[in-house]
Amino acid sequence: MVEPLLSMTAIGKKFGTVTALQGAEFQLKKGEVHAILGVNGAGKSTLIKILSGVYQQDEGSIYLDGAAIRLDSPKAAKQQGIYCVYQEVDTAIVSELTVAENILLDTFAEKGNLFVSRQRINEKARSVLQELQADNINVQQKAARLTLAEKQTVLIARALVHSAKIIIFDEPTAPLSIHESEKLYTVIEKLKAQGVGCVFISHRLPEVFEISDRITVMREGTLVQTYDTAQADQDGVIEAMLGAALSHELEPSAHDIGTALLEVSNLSDGQKLKNLSLTVAAGEVVGVVGLVGAGKTELAKALFGGTPLTSGTIKLAGKNAKIKHPADAIKAGMALIPEERRKEGLFVQESLEANASFPNLKQFSKRLLMDRKAEKRFANEIIERLRIKTGSTETPLVHLSGGNQQKVAIGKWISLNSALYLFDEPTKGVDIGAKVDIFKLIRQLAESGKGCLYFSSEIHEAIGISDRILVMYNGQIVKELSRQEATQERILLYASGGKEELGEKQEFGERKRDSVSI
Amino acid sequence: MGKNKNSVKENAIQFLFKYGAIALLIFIIFYFSTISDAFFTYGNFSDILRSISIVTLLALGVTFTLVVDGFDLSVGSTMSLSTVVSASLMVWYDMPLWLVLILPLLIGVLVGAVNSFLIVVIGIPDLLATLSMMYIVAGLHRTYTEGYSIYNNMPLTSGGTAPGQLSEAFLWIGQGQMLGLPVPVWIMLVMVLASYVVLNHTRWGRVLYMTGGNAEAATLSGVSVKKVKFTAYVISGVFASMAGILFTARVGSGQIDAGAPLMMEAVAAVFVGYSVLGAGKPNALGTFFGAAVIGILLNGLTILNLPYYAFDIIKGGVLVAALAVTYVYAKKKFSKA
Repeated sequence: MVEPLLSMTAIGKKFGTVTALQGAEFQLKKGEVHAILGVNGAGKSTLIKILSGVYQQDEGSIYLDGAAIRLDSPKAAKQQGIYCVYQEVDTAIVSELTVAENILLDTFAEKGNLFVSRQRINEKARSVLQELQADNINVQQKAARLTLAEKQTVLIARALVHSAKIIIFDEPTAPLSIHESEKLYTVIEKLKAQGVGCVFISHRLPEVFEISDRITVMREGTLVQTYDTAQADQDGVIEAMLGAALSHELEPSAHDIGTALLEVSNLSDGQKLKNLSLTVAAGEVVGVVGLVGAGKTELAKALFGGTPLTSGTIKLAGKNAKIKHPADAIKAGMALIPEERRKEGLFVQESLEANASFPNLKQFSKRLLMDRKAEKRFANEIIERLRIKTGSTETPLVHLSGGNQQKVAIGKWISLNSALYLFDEPTKGVDIGAKVDIFKLIRQLAESGKGCLYFSSEIHEAIGISDRILVMYNGQIVKELSRQEATQERILLYASGGKEELGEKQEFGERKRDSVSI
Repeated sequence: MGKNKNSVKENAIQFLFKYGAIALLIFIIFYFSTISDAFFTYGNFSDILRSISIVTLLALGVTFTLVVDGFDLSVGSTMSLSTVVSASLMVWYDMPLWLVLILPLLIGVLVGAVNSFLIVVIGIPDLLATLSMMYIVAGLHRTYTEGYSIYNNMPLTSGGTAPGQLSEAFLWIGQGQMLGLPVPVWIMLVMVLASYVVLNHTRWGRVLYMTGGNAEAATLSGVSVKKVKFTAYVISGVFASMAGILFTARVGSGQIDAGAPLMMEAVAAVFVGYSVLGAGKPNALGTFFGAAVIGILLNGLTILNLPYYAFDIIKGGVLVAALAVTYVYAKKKFSKA
């Protein structure tokens, strides 16, 4: 057996009384992509932070190239050649500097040259980008003008400049569209070819299976199993993550669909959205699918009164609804679970119960004063119903995991008994266990006669949950598909601006897919 | 071992944060009591409460704006304006008492409305908008009085003397006694209690805090953030006006620039209040407490004969200590391990 590039053995880490890691193991070979999977709280990020020098382990050791190393700080990790590309790239990019300056940022601080030669920097940056086959990025433009995916490439390039041995990708594709993700995969392939070890963390199983060589599953702070991807199957991996077999939550379930609940016609916002028309019936889950930037979030916000409309009408239960502000939408019977839950959906420093009661404060203050007992009762009700893991109803939400926060963001609307729910990417950054609970809730809502609009760029999840799918592209609804008609390929085709022509339908679809997966 | 030390340190911070301000207060009271017999007496404490009543009213207004994540620097000037207006209404125009009380309050509403117009509609950041208003209102009140303070039967620049005087009933507001406590103290206590109930136990308070915590999430939960901010600034203006009226009644004349030195003291009281009982955010009881700590400290130092020009050092020191405890604790509480 070849000596592994990196080996972490018997790693233990405690935060106060909470054990985050116990006897965790991880090995990485040269030139391999090794994915780490686990539900939220399994210890993935703690392990990664130990590897990148943010935290220090309480016990256990780390070997790089067979030699024991100590990573006391992120700087020490970098000196050992361990780099990290975080999901939130903006924190690591200096947007006022050029691309080239960003790539060579760390070298500015090195001693040697007093003056910075712009030409040398540009040259060097260009050659690194070339290695990544990303030389379409102009190294002299300001980093602020790059797309998210390009910024990630810049960060990877920065790591390469220092001849990184290990690059950690922490949910790199979460903010990316499918196109951009594909591009990232090719970059990772390049890194592999150069012998860089890549650690890959993601909640999206299909891409993990596509890109990784090995998969390590963690649960409750320890290693469950390491698979060779070629021999692993998704169900087995999911089972290992959850610790119990996952029933087929995404199987379709038949339920009655009632009369039209929401009717939208010719809606435009003068910017992104152009002439959208759609309907949602009572008891129906309608998926709105599109790539990032297709206008899904804009549509959700516009329906909810968050942004002004230039034209179009919205009818709720047959009545014209004048929606100028989210307050109007709520009164008309709508609820929005926004995409950025921490920024738009929740008050993360406040307690769970204060968050839960907020949309419907009147119900919790029958007379002049707030009824704390009623608040607590309601908080406990949604904790039970949505299986939220929390210490108490008074815990500030910052201490909850992403999935549990999302459940609160959904649960807070339940007291209003709204007729129509808008879910904007409700499974973003949420682990599988919480996803299942969220799907169950959406289905319960539909079965009790509520209408649901499910905005998502996770195509297979949308197919699983929706009765009908609307595909969005560039601010318009370009195709409506029934559940039976919908396949990942067809949706992807429409979502990326393609069209099916009679006769050459298959061919075109194939070609489009090829161009996507270079 | 290391673990243990850590948790001891953490517990110490917890304790300091929750009870530090109260412990400090008890210590101060104890210390001054041992030094001077005159300190720990009913008369002295009712004096202290009266001396902080005006600052506390100002500070309550600032509390409301801080709750919605704003900041009102114009309260001092608004108070000055209200001081001279209430005095002039009686001295220059001989108006009835109810007008003398209502007009300054309306001026407070107006200043608050202009503040929120600048902030909410035009979009100037809170601090800068109210800083501008601070200058404008200060200038207005000096222009209005042509730079003179207003007192009974003062000579007028147009010749002759002013027709009116501050009425007995009006002066009672600032100088009278009721049920063993000065009237300003009663006003302060009622306002502190009212603010506390509104902020902590009604849905309006919840809406105010949530708007301050995350305006975007509040909007998407159906709150009209603009209206909420408007309300907070109007409340702040009204509190500043009340402070102004109280000041006139207390002193018995309309001093110019009465509010300017009190503004920073009010702000300090609010921030000291953050650290009371582990609130970590602006709150009415904390604000009262903050004003009390500063007031008692100054009273004690006066008894000790410390020169008044050294007082600001003490005020600043208390503020820094309170803020340090608050922020160290906030870092602990809200950083995920």
